[in-house]
Amino acid sequence: MKRLVGIFILIFLLPLCANAQGSEEFDMDSYLYGHVGDSYEWHITTINGRPVSIPLPVILFSRQGSGFHCFSSSRLEDGAEYEGFRIASGESPYSGKIVETAPDGTESRPWDISITKNVLGLIINSILLVVIVLLTARWYRRHDAREEAPQGGAGLMEMLVMMVEDDIIKECIGEDYKRYSPYLLTAFFFIFLSNLMGIVPFFPGGANITGNIAVTMVLALCTFVAVNVFGNKHYWKDILWPDVPTWLKFPVPLMPVIEIIGIFTKPFSLMIRLFANILAGHFMILGVVAVIFLTAELGPAMNTGLGAVAILLGVFMDCLELLVAYIQAYVFTMLSAVFIGLSRQKPETE
Amino acid sequence: MSLVTPDFGLLVWMTLIFGIVFFVLAKWGFPMITASVRERAERINASIKAAKEAEERLRNLADEQNALIEESRKEQARILKEAASSRDAILEQARVQAREEASRIMEQAKAQIATEKESALRDIRSEVAMISCDVAEKVLRKEFLQDDAKKEYVSRVVEEISSARADSLKN
Repeated sequence: MKRLVGIFILIFLLPLCANAQGSEEFDMDSYLYGHVGDSYEWHITTINGRPVSIPLPVILFSRQGSGFHCFSSSRLEDGAEYEGFRIASGESPYSGKIVETAPDGTESRPWDISITKNVLGLIINSILLVVIVLLTARWYRRHDAREEAPQGGAGLMEMLVMMVEDDIIKECIGEDYKRYSPYLLTAFFFIFLSNLMGIVPFFPGGANITGNIAVTMVLALCTFVAVNVFGNKHYWKDILWPDVPTWLKFPVPLMPVIEIIGIFTKPFSLMIRLFANILAGHFMILGVVAVIFLTAELGPAMNTGLGAVAILLGVFMDCLELLVAYIQAYVFTMLSAVFIGLSRQKPETE
Repeated sequence: MSLVTPDFGLLVWMTLIFGIVFFVLAKWGFPMITASVRERAERINASIKAAKEAEERLRNLADEQNALIEESRKEQARILKEAASSRDAILEQARVQAREEASRIMEQAKAQIATEKESALRDIRSEVAMISCDVAEKVLRKEFLQDDAKKEYVSRVVEEISSARADSLKN
């Protein structure tokens, strides 16, 4: 009951905060893209109109001959220019990215390997993942696993690891699953942890890692390599000379062409699926939260009512995202395992 | 559009970081866990198998025990039967013996009775003889009283007889 009262008080305080914030025009676009996109500093909050953010290192290699540059992103705040570099404004095709201006006035992108918000999030998530898994592994190193089962965190990890290994990897790949199991387990836990961290709304979570196409692209490429580099003879024969009527593959190689396209569409679908699902989840949560700010102009009564609805919806969306975080990690791992399994198939002996 | 264009820097970092994470976890992380759990699963399977075997052995043991009990029960029945039959035999023997003994005692008694009877008869006979003698004496005395010679003869005879009797008694 106390908690309920607390929640109601919060809901009634809501319009006050929103009014304080909403004194300036609420910019939906920059709000949405600012949260799901990448940036050169990690914005944490805004106090009294001043943004509080963590400056991150900018690492650049100029294409116009000025060589290697490394400096703090705080030097580029508010469109400032530093060593010939600045963050492109809204009208530029490179909006939001660091550009350098050539003597003739044209903007171009340098080789940009800055530690951006997403890279830092990536590093944090990776360290977290490595620590969690190595701590679990340490339990096994220190105990005789044949005599006792782990409890607590290690037990949870064991349950998850064995669930992935037994239900996904072993089921989908078949006999030589052990070779692929470290990659698929890494992919699963990397995606799962990143998804979960993406739902956490504040530092060190909140970076949109798995909802970023570069990240999912690398993951999909890894699966692509695992499928095609270690595919067996039967797999390639099935692609180049499948068991279909001859007129389907000669003189017009219809089936081989379809199969070869299939090689690329499979990882492509993996990439898009993960990216789109997580991005959409973030957009939905952000949209629901934005209702509170958007209704600030409609007066306190409207704002309170819709704000309450938005909070309930937000709770629901967050729960849904927890589910999606797991499902997408599961689906990515399972489809990767299925593709790998297909590339390891033995010819049917008839 | 920047959402769907992969960023070069992020691609580089992701490749690097994911590569390192994969290397570390594939070397020191997951294989350790999965191998340990697999070992445990094997051990559990082996234990279950061993337990099943032990159970089987136990069941065999129980069967053996039952067989042993059954056998001993049979043995007991056999011994009881034997005992009963030997008891019967002994009883029979005893009965026969008793009968023999009884008949022997009867025989002895009969013999004794016979001798007793003989001696009794003899006594009676002698008593009768004595009585008849006395009667005869009395009769004779009456006749002899009338005649002294006869009296003399009789007294002489009596003397002879009594002496003879005394002799026989002495002897």
